[in-house]
Amino acid sequence: MKKIRLGAGAGYSGDRIEPAVELAEKGNIQYLCFECLAERTIAIAQQAKMKDPSAGYDALLAARMEAVLPVCSQKGIKIITNMGAANPEAGARKIKEVAGKLGVKGLKIAAVSGDDVLEAIRGQEYTIEETGGKLSAIKDKLVSANAYLGAGPIIEALKGGADIVITGRVADPALFIAPLAYEFGWSLDDWNLMGQATVIGHLMECAGQITGGYFADPGYKDVPGIGHLGFPIAEVSEDGAVVITKVPEAGGMVALATCKEQLLYEIHNPAAYFTPDVVADFTGVQMAEIAKDQVKVTGGKGAPKTDLLKVSIGYVDSYIGEGQISYAGPGAVERGRLALDIVKERLGLMGVKTQECRFDLIGVNALHAEKLSAGHEPYEVRARVAGRTENLQEAVRIGNEVETLYTNGPAGGAGAWKSAREVVAMVSILIPRSLVNYSVKYEVV
Amino acid sequence: MKLREIAHSRTGDKGNTSNISLIAYDPANYPLLAKHITAERVKAFFADIVQGEVVRYELPNIGALNFVMFQALGGGVTRTLALDIHGKSLSSALMNLEVKE
Repeated sequence: MKKIRLGAGAGYSGDRIEPAVELAEKGNIQYLCFECLAERTIAIAQQAKMKDPSAGYDALLAARMEAVLPVCSQKGIKIITNMGAANPEAGARKIKEVAGKLGVKGLKIAAVSGDDVLEAIRGQEYTIEETGGKLSAIKDKLVSANAYLGAGPIIEALKGGADIVITGRVADPALFIAPLAYEFGWSLDDWNLMGQATVIGHLMECAGQITGGYFADPGYKDVPGIGHLGFPIAEVSEDGAVVITKVPEAGGMVALATCKEQLLYEIHNPAAYFTPDVVADFTGVQMAEIAKDQVKVTGGKGAPKTDLLKVSIGYVDSYIGEGQISYAGPGAVERGRLALDIVKERLGLMGVKTQECRFDLIGVNALHAEKLSAGHEPYEVRARVAGRTENLQEAVRIGNEVETLYTNGPAGGAGAWKSAREVVAMVSILIPRSLVNYSVKYEVV
Repeated sequence: MKLREIAHSRTGDKGNTSNISLIAYDPANYPLLAKHITAERVKAFFADIVQGEVVRYELPNIGALNFVMFQALGGGVTRTLALDIHGKSLSSALMNLEVKE
């Protein structure tokens, strides 16, 4: 039976680069897929593109391509990535430029566009999924609106002869579904197969998270060679069965436990995981460790995709001002609490306008609030105040009130730090598929 | 016995919703998890963090539960004032729950 080996070259935008090179060199893979687009990333990229029309693709695009293009072009490994972010066409031109600089020739680069639906939805009366509010209420603050495309456009690019496909917003599993459907000639209406392909994509999309990254817990979940963590390989058979594995000499591990954690990562109802390609059902998934670092996964199913596409909306929501300062030694917690009380009083005295404000003692209660954090006393603590404001000037004042604790607050305050920033918030709406028209354009080097 | 002795867990986030998986190391312990770690118990455990409801999904085929906790992340990763913007540390807290043998 024909088998295809896919490698996951990145699990997020800022991820390490050398594990992808290792996969290309030693993984015996045919495709290297890079998932680099978090919810918020595309809104920030959109803001960059507004300032500079040639910007808006992933910050590490050139560095990643410089690292992997020589070996990928030599071995004929195709690359699929959503590093196009807000500007896939500019991203494709950048890849062409990098290839030219490296002397790599004979590459066809496809840019998939059309996920940007900002103008189509601006001013419309869609309901915001998270809040139940109307989209029109934030129409003047919109930064970005990107529909999640499925595997279709990527498959079209591969059929068009692309060696590299760069997209903007697509569903993460689609980066993996597309090469499989293209290679095996899978019908996109075979819902059970699409469900299993979604399982494969979902297992792979966070790269190191299935090879022991974000997993280690000494004494309970030990991970060998985690400093040299290898990224995963999916060896997929024509019937959709997959073996998740890694380059043998790479660090990390592929085990039932790492695969199970990743299967449920960011999943809500496992019987109905909505994607643009299928409503996937993970409840029948079976996993078996068939050899060291080899886990076989079968049993993903699915139901027909819906007529709606999810659109991720970015809008300027507010500003956040923040300040931090540390205390140590005997009485550190009491001095930290006093510091927070002082800032609380000062914000009132100075009339700093906040919509909400948070007073944390890092080392005491900052992550899990009072109830779960009770009964522990650390040697050092960090006082943290964060508040939401309507404008940047007010946000700056919050950090200032923390910093002035140096000469006006409890004894021994150390390492003060402050910041103020604009908040681009993300919400989502559902729109009819018919509103989204994608395009595939090619660059050749 | 602490949950940590028999199970492991990871948190994921989507918008203002957090999900926590709970996976038995040994599938033989899955019924114990299913019996004792109810949605109500998890909701009470995270009472001062989770504002919305908690829904539990069962995956006996891999010996796991999935808890979906609404309004748990202070408005979501881009908007929250919390230090742990994704709520990624919540799974570690759950490991402290007591479970009867």
